[in-house]
Amino acid sequence: MNKNLRWIVLFAPLVLFIALAAFLLKGLGSDPTKLDSALINEPVPAFKTVDLYDTSIAYDESVLKGEPMLLNVWATWCPTCRAEHEFLNQLASEGIPIVGLNYKDDSREKAVNWLNTLGDPYTVNLFDPEGDVAFEFGVYGAPETYFIDEKGVIRYRHVGDVNARNWQSTLKPIYEQLKQEAQ
Amino acid sequence: MSRLLPMLFLLSAFAFSVVAQDATQRSFDNEQQREVYQQLIKELRCPKCQNQNIADSNAPLAEDMRDKSYEMLKAGKSKQEIIDFMVERYGNFVHYKPPFTAATAVLWFGPVVILIIGIGVAVLLTRKKKEQTALTPEERAQLEQLRKNDND
Repeated sequence: MNKNLRWIVLFAPLVLFIALAAFLLKGLGSDPTKLDSALINEPVPAFKTVDLYDTSIAYDESVLKGEPMLLNVWATWCPTCRAEHEFLNQLASEGIPIVGLNYKDDSREKAVNWLNTLGDPYTVNLFDPEGDVAFEFGVYGAPETYFIDEKGVIRYRHVGDVNARNWQSTLKPIYEQLKQEAQ
Repeated sequence: MSRLLPMLFLLSAFAFSVVAQDATQRSFDNEQQREVYQQLIKELRCPKCQNQNIADSNAPLAEDMRDKSYEMLKAGKSKQEIIDFMVERYGNFVHYKPPFTAATAVLWFGPVVILIIGIGVAVLLTRKKKEQTALTPEERAQLEQLRKNDND
């Protein structure tokens, strides 16, 4: 047998084993509750809904176009949303557009009250009492934050709270990139 | 153990009752539609409570998904159309029969490939050993010579 071939045959199982181990280890280390969105790089799904404050104002998917922005899914029954609210206020004060989607809340009054007392970081407040809009986005819990580019394409989904740490390490660079592309 | 068994039985009875209740509470156009609905809610996986199908889960999201499946069935959609609709929004995760993709191919073929390599290596090694143990005529003559000397 050719010497080179012998080496290949000898080491092939080892290389294959390492590749398989790396592949499986990747799955082992990931958080199973954090699912990849099925809508990454897809345009925002069509929806129709109303304003949280004034239900006579109607909105559709066109509110999520025109500039890079965040879509934040929240509810008053969600403790993690309470935890991230301060930080969303801060992001809003830095001029980052965030659209709020109030998801299956206990009541509209409760949600409005929350925004009146804790501050309203949202440029637009979408009201989704039955979770129909959220269903189109594949929302499976709150809070979830979608990063949408200026063309209205979903580029990233963050599950869980947005805080100073993950904003600095992962989310801010994503937003910065969307802004850069828009220029 | 004597306590565990009745408890397990009770729990499983509860799990079945959720399904039964859900399917009996809804009205269907015909038995076949009810059958499809029951298959669907057993095949669709709840993204929130990850190791349950939407039939077993009481999570609000599972409820919404059951409602949506029911609405779509009533509107005349087929089982596959409803599954596609869910997968479009929640990804392949949502179906308990994942499709064949590059990532799942490793799981399907990985063990077979490893088995083939194992057998191949074993065959190669044993063949080589045979070659080595077989004596050339000169060696055989030498061996005979040695044996003779020993007997003397």
